[in-house]
Formats: sequence, structure tokens, C-alpha cells
Amino acid sequence: MKPVTVITGRGVPLQRSDVDTDQIIPSDWLKRVERTGFGAGLFSEWRDDRNFVLNDERYQGASILVAGPNFGTGSSREHAVWALMDYGFEAVISSRFADIFFSNCTKQGLLPVTVDEAVASQLLAAVAEDPNLEITIDVARGTVEAPAIGVSATFVLQPFTTERFLNGWDDIGLTLRNETDLTAFEAKRPGYLPTTA
Amino acid sequence: MSPRTLAEKVWDLHVVHQAEGEPDLLYIDLHLVHEVTSPQAFDGLRLAGRTVRRPDLTIATADHNVPTTALDLPIEDPISKKQLEVLTANCAEFGITCYNRGDANQGIVHVIGPELGLTQPGMTIVCGDSHTSTHGAFGALAFGIGTSEVEHVLATQSLPLTRPKTMAITVNGTLQPGVTSKDLVLAIIGEIGTGGGMGYVLEYRGEAIEALSMEARMTICNMSIEAGARAGMIAPDQITFDYLEGKEHAPKGAAFEEAKLAWAALRTDEGATFDREVILDAATITPHVSWGTNPAQVAPITANVPNPEDFSDPAEREAAARALTYMGLTAGMPIKDITVQTVFIGSCTNSRIEDLRLAASVFDGRKVAEGLRVLVVPGSHRVKAQAQAEGLDKIFTAAGAEWREPGCSMCLAMNPDKLSVGERSASTSNRNFEGRQGRGGRTHLVSPAVAAATAIAGHFATPGDLA
Repeated sequence: MKPVTVITGRGVPLQRSDVDTDQIIPSDWLKRVERTGFGAGLFSEWRDDRNFVLNDERYQGASILVAGPNFGTGSSREHAVWALMDYGFEAVISSRFADIFFSNCTKQGLLPVTVDEAVASQLLAAVAEDPNLEITIDVARGTVEAPAIGVSATFVLQPFTTERFLNGWDDIGLTLRNETDLTAFEAKRPGYLPTTA
Repeated sequence: MSPRTLAEKVWDLHVVHQAEGEPDLLYIDLHLVHEVTSPQAFDGLRLAGRTVRRPDLTIATADHNVPTTALDLPIEDPISKKQLEVLTANCAEFGITCYNRGDANQGIVHVIGPELGLTQPGMTIVCGDSHTSTHGAFGALAFGIGTSEVEHVLATQSLPLTRPKTMAITVNGTLQPGVTSKDLVLAIIGEIGTGGGMGYVLEYRGEAIEALSMEARMTICNMSIEAGARAGMIAPDQITFDYLEGKEHAPKGAAFEEAKLAWAALRTDEGATFDREVILDAATITPHVSWGTNPAQVAPITANVPNPEDFSDPAEREAAARALTYMGLTAGMPIKDITVQTVFIGSCTNSRIEDLRLAASVFDGRKVAEGLRVLVVPGSHRVKAQAQAEGLDKIFTAAGAEWREPGCSMCLAMNPDKLSVGERSASTSNRNFEGRQGRGGRTHLVSPAVAAATAIAGHFATPGDLA
């Protein structure tokens, strides 16, 4: 993945809780075998509604999705992350992310920013009010700032995840540094464990 | 060593590498692969010039997008067809056993793992599918992963993971007759909420859980993810051992005895502490129906559709109001007065032989309500063959239901089995999200018993409500 250090951009307010990955990218889109082109399917059912926020011209080009609590719940489909990134989002802010979605974000370089519920609500309201509000997210410092409304909050990633974002490290490459440990572990696995052969 | 929970024991058995400030590297004993979340992972391997480290610990099947109509008909959707062909080609290229459409071992990935005996206690099991939690019913640590992680497991047979918190869900007492494990898990999700299990591995325990069959336990663990938990587990016991004995990939003879000794140690130690504990009384649980658009929006079948104003939490209130609008329901109406157009019996939650037997016992000698569409989709070819050997297919078709080929089918509407806009279903599946069973479709989650009774009555009903 590409390194991610500082994201500065405008926000899109998604004022719903429990946004599931079936909404982020409906199952019809999962038949594709490619990794690109999912942006067109992002929230495709909701986008049929002319009043849906992604259809609001004032939010075109915004790179930060500000969502309600429990974002990314449901299916494990990484297509949800591909769709958000392909559409142009670089970060998602919420007070709570579903576990698998969060993990998928960190593998692809979409920054999941978990903030207090009060901060999330304040940002949601502010972004809904002002489509030009500038938000800055600093990965190394773990901060979210919107100076125009006086928001300066922190978010926590595991130190190792922060390093991975900052350096754009490849997980598989990191794991394969432990090749010796893997081989040693395999030699000690109990014989009764099944194989698929 | 201090007392440990079941999840902690299985975790500790699989740590390959541990370092301060880094996630643990966990070995993966079994990797299940299907057509939807794997193509991009195989592509990634090819791009990096990597191979599959342990094809012998990997197995693939086609389930998500396969049509459930007759196998001798061509697949009409060219994109689905291509995805299935890509699965076959990828598995051939990387040396992975693949049960594609029509194979005698094909079926929903979470149905075939257990029935082949590949799912065993104490294993780590992953799949690019969130309902991998199903396999936790055997005391395995099993969870869904994204496609990047699928690629990672293919390449390294391991995953870097952060140790989760643990939650005990203790269900005391005995389930009443007519109440299934589906009702129990819907009640649990209603209790802890869709986000209640986030960051936790759940361990279901207590008298009511110990009394359940393996298949009923799988239904419970399957829906752990609907409470936000990546994994749910149940300690293996004699019921588990009896289920496994004689299964194709289960150990045989002396190896089985050796395994049983190891499996018997997979219990939460006396004095071990969980990060959170929830206690339920099985006797108070009745058949449940979901009324909203997330699996925590459930109520007993005898209740009325709730009023959003009754929710104190503003987010829940707004979600309930939105759900009622989407579902086309009025607050206060009796759930039993809601009529449905379609009934779906299937999915990794409820498509095993016991589910089909239960549904058939309700259909037997009765007719599906006028104009209703009923799909019965077995979880695998093995389940299908068993059901046919018992004559269940004849009972379904005589009642007016359709008996289909195995697959995920209308659980997620990737194949041609879909709801149309505004169409309402009673479904034994696991998710009632907006559009989950087809754009604009309205899904109510129920047990196989309630699904079958609803098919006969035309509105939500239990078998006891039928004349």
C-alpha cells in the first residue's frame, strides 16, 4: 500500500448509524474479479435517491467520510474498502468501526479514524453545515483537527499499524521475515490435524 | 500458568511469533476459499510471484453466486460464470482442491467444512466470509477475513492479529419446546446489540448451550458476527466428538483417541476471567422475528412492531424509524399480522439436515398459502442427498415449495434468487440489511420452524398456530 501521513480535505456527512457493507457496496458488485472500478458501486442503492449526500454537488471532491457509529458492520467484503478508496475517500471518521472492516482498511491504506462519540457528532453536524470545512488528520500524531470549529481530537491506532500507514509496508513481506519461526511451528503441529488433500 | 479461557488457549496454541509492540503472528490450520473474495487475492500472489504455502490446508468451493436451479442449465449471468471459471483456474494453478458447481462435495463453505470433518476443535480457521464464526461451534477459533488477509494466508498460512477480548454468554436453564437455537441467537443479538461483540471473541456456555446438537450450535456461532464479534466459540464435548467420529477428514483409530484427549482440555479453566459476561435464562426465550434492518432489531413473534419513540438512545430511535419506513411497517401492529410473499429456507445459518427436517415436519401434509413463493435450498450436495434419502424433498414439493440445488442463494442475492422491490420475506438467513435479498426487498429473520409455519399461514406464525 501507499504511505499515508497527513490527510487534509473536506468531509462528507453520512448521518446514519450501523452502515453495513451491503450498503457500502451491494452484492451485485461482488461478482467482479478485478480490484478496481468499485467506486461506481459505492452506496449505489442509496445514490438512486437524488437527496443522498453523495449526490450533493457541494460535497464533490471531498476525501473524508464522516459517519455515524458502528460503520462497516456485516459482511467481510474488502470490496467496501476498495469502493470507498476508488471513489476518492482517504479516511473515514466514526465513533465505532466493525472489526473486519477496520482491519480491511488498514490493509489497503484507507485510514479508519475512531473518535469519541461527542467529537464524531460535532464533526458530522459541522460538515453537514459547511461543505467547505477543512479537516486535517495526522497519522503520526494521531490527531484530527478542524480549526474553524475548534475541534482538536485524538485517535488511536496500534503503534504497529501507525508504522504500517506511515511507511506503506506490505504485510506479507513483514510476515515472511519470520519464515524460520513458521517452518519451526509447522514441524511441531500435531499429526492428527486434518489436511484437505 | 494462570487460568485461561477457551479462546485464549486456542490462541496460545497457534502463536508463531510474538514481539513487543507488534500483533501476534498466528498459524492458520484451515483456510476456506470461495469464488467471491478470492480472485483479487490470487491476482496479488501472481503479481508478487508468490505461491500458496500450504495448499494441503486450503480448500475451495463455489457457493455465493451459483444458481440454485437445475445443474444441467447454463449459468445465464456472464459475470457470475466468469467468477466461477476464475475460481477453478486459480485453484488448478495453485494446487488447491476445489469443489465447484455440481461436485458431490460442493456446498456453502460453512456447511461443507464441518460435514467433511475438516472443522475440528482447537483449530484456527479463516475464510473470506464473515460467517466463518460458524466453525467456532467445535471449539475452533474461526473468523472472517478480508481479501488482503486471504492473500496473506495463501502466501504465509498465518495472520498478524491482535489478541481479542473475551466475552462469556452464559445461557442457563432449558429452551422451551418449539424454541430453536436461531431464536436463542436472535435474542442474544437483541440483548447485546449489533456492536456489542466488537473486539471480543464470544464463548457461549451454560446448560442450554450444552444441550444443543452440533448443528444447533453452528447456528448460534454463525450469527456471532451479527453481534459484531468476529468469532464465537463453544467448548467441545462428547456431542462434538460423536459428531466428528467417522467423518471423512476426522482422525481415525489411535489418532482419534489422541485428538480426543487434546480436545477435552479445550475448556475455559475454573477461575479464568472474561472481559465481559452476559447471562440469559433460556426458559424466557420464545420464537423471534426481526422487524427492522439490522439483526438486533428483533422481537418475540407474539409482540407488536415497536414504536421508535420507545427507544431512549437517539441513534437507535432514528435507526428504528428509518427501518420501519424501509420495511413498510406501522408501529404497534402485531407481528403475526404481517404477511409475506416469499419464504426462504437456507443459508449457512439454517440449511443443514436438522433444519430441513424441522421445516419438513411443519410442511408435512399441509399446503403453502396461495400465491406464496417458497424456496428450500440445502446447504450442500451432501445435505441435499441426505434430505432426498429421507424423502424430505417430496414433502417440500408436495406442500408447494421449490426444492433447489445448494448455494448461498437468497441469503445475499448474488445469484438469480432475489426479492423484488417491496417484496417481503420470512428468511432463515442471517442478515436483514436493506436490499440484502434484492434491491428494495424486505427481510424478516426467523427460525426454520417459523419460516415453514409462515409459509403455510401466509403471515408470521409458529407451528403451534397452525390448525
